[in-house]
Amino acid sequence: MEKEHIIRLEHVSKQFLSRNTDILAVSNINLEIKRGEVFGIIGFSGAGKSTLVRCINLLERPSDGAVYFDDTNLMDVSERTLRDTRLKMGMIFQQFNLLAQKNVLDNICFPLKIAGMKKEKRIKRARQLLELVDLTDKERAYPAQLSGGQKQRVAIARALATNPEVLLCDEATSALDPITTKSILELLKKINQEYGVTIVIITHEMQVAEQICDRIAVMSQGEIVEMGAVKDVFLNPQSETARKLILPDNQFDAEGIAKRVIRIAFDGQSSSDPIISQLTLHSGEMINILGANTENIGGKAYGQMLIQCPESAEALEKIRQYLTEQGIHFEEGGTIS
Amino acid sequence: MTEQIIGLLGQGIWETLYMVLVSALFSYVIGIPLGVLVFVTDQNGICRNRVLNLLIGGVINFIRSIPFLILLVLILPFTRLIVGTTIGSTATIVPLVVAAAPYVARMVESSLKEVDSGVVEAAQAMGASRMQIILNVMLPEAKPSLLVGATISLATILGYSAMAGFVGGGGLGAIATNYGYYRYNTEVMLITVLLLVIIVQIFQEGGLRLVRRIDKRIK
Ligand SMILES: Nc1ncnc2c1ncn2[C@@H]1O[C@H](COP(=O)(O)OP(=O)(O)O)[C@@H](O)[C@H]1O
Ligand SMILES: [Mg+2]
Repeated sequence: MEKEHIIRLEHVSKQFLSRNTDILAVSNINLEIKRGEVFGIIGFSGAGKSTLVRCINLLERPSDGAVYFDDTNLMDVSERTLRDTRLKMGMIFQQFNLLAQKNVLDNICFPLKIAGMKKEKRIKRARQLLELVDLTDKERAYPAQLSGGQKQRVAIARALATNPEVLLCDEATSALDPITTKSILELLKKINQEYGVTIVIITHEMQVAEQICDRIAVMSQGEIVEMGAVKDVFLNPQSETARKLILPDNQFDAEGIAKRVIRIAFDGQSSSDPIISQLTLHSGEMINILGANTENIGGKAYGQMLIQCPESAEALEKIRQYLTEQGIHFEEGGTIS
Repeated sequence: MTEQIIGLLGQGIWETLYMVLVSALFSYVIGIPLGVLVFVTDQNGICRNRVLNLLIGGVINFIRSIPFLILLVLILPFTRLIVGTTIGSTATIVPLVVAAAPYVARMVESSLKEVDSGVVEAAQAMGASRMQIILNVMLPEAKPSLLVGATISLATILGYSAMAGFVGGGGLGAIATNYGYYRYNTEVMLITVLLLVIIVQIFQEGGLRLVRRIDKRIK
């Protein structure tokens, strides 16, 4: 029987020695990533996410700890074995990192060439991958001629060329617009579900984690401050960092209108539905439900809900007043400064 | 201008091209590995090696700080050892290579510095070895910039070759020296200078056109 987890980090730390100060970018991380899951690592910029993910394939050698892939401690293996193991871990990046002087087909063939596959075979394989990422008409194009989303699709095809068991994604959608982000996330989801590839996603955007991850770890200052099923963390964040990520200071919708995110906790009020209707009536504003995890037990609601409403002092005051009257616990995202 | 001088200039052009192109070839054969070595052994390189880096960097800087004419004279015994003589175009190739190879190495190094480090990282993540990264990522990705560097190096070597004419080298530099400097024939001297300018222009223009054709980052 196969082991449940494919990657295991034990007491992993990474210290950077710079001129004046030593930076502990990753501090004593323990983590198990299960075979076949989509695991998210989320945190603000500088939290140590990239360093942590680079410790998984030893692009960054941890200063301390053990990194197990399939129960082999990569810290102990030879350089040769490490390189062979990397064939089983594809990686994609925020800046795509495609070979600028090579066309799409050659970019996808590249890891196969590195692995020593014959030319005809690798072209055949690359064409299959182009089909998977829906770019068959672009095989002769150069990266400079592609959009960001297309470049990331090429990068995904390239990362999957050697049939890896794991795909590491470092801010893979952070340079893309929301619509392209959605399509890339859908592609990743498909790769996870149809091919069983374990996916590790690094992001600073909660929406990304929420859309695709099964479990997430929240990182702050090199440490994991919270970990759990994405729904649980999203709807009931325990750490300050998770709360700030979920209830961001300010948000603007597609029309550039400021939005406020509010988290509502139900612990046995009558029912969740009438409350949202009442909020809409009271504030006279459209209220958007971002996510909900409520259960009705005997006509009473338990759980949490994330809602979004336009940033208007008047409407917000009415919402606050109503929720307080009803004795409902709520939290708000920060104000716009 | 006599027929004889025209013939002489024709031969001068050939000799100059021969010296410059052969020297450039050898300079690149030596300069590319040197440039790659300084680049990859650097602090942030993929084969960090402080000792080797300082050593190669030191040798490059040392040779580059010697004025070309002095270098040429200094290595006369070495030149004689290799080609059996110290005068003529073939003999000039030796000091030209010695002077240009370190120059080329720096050109190569600076071209490699322009390669996106993310692409190198992506190759490492794919399990590429250092050699594969150098041969399949760094050099091919730097190709347009290497070519720009080559046009600059050619112009520099051409300049050196003209200087070598002063001390027994062949080519247009020798003609300019013999006719213009020793016989006060300004006309011939100006013509050789003009020819040199034209050759530089051709190298430069041709190189840049080639770069525009092969660089896939444009359009
Ligand atoms: N190569 C490096 N040398 C020195 N410091 C680094 C290096 N890489 C990252 N750091 C530092 O480590 C911390 C975490 O960085 P990073 O892992 O990139 O965070 P994130 O990806 O979450 O934004 C930052 O303070 C950053 O400045
Ligand atoms: Mg990062």
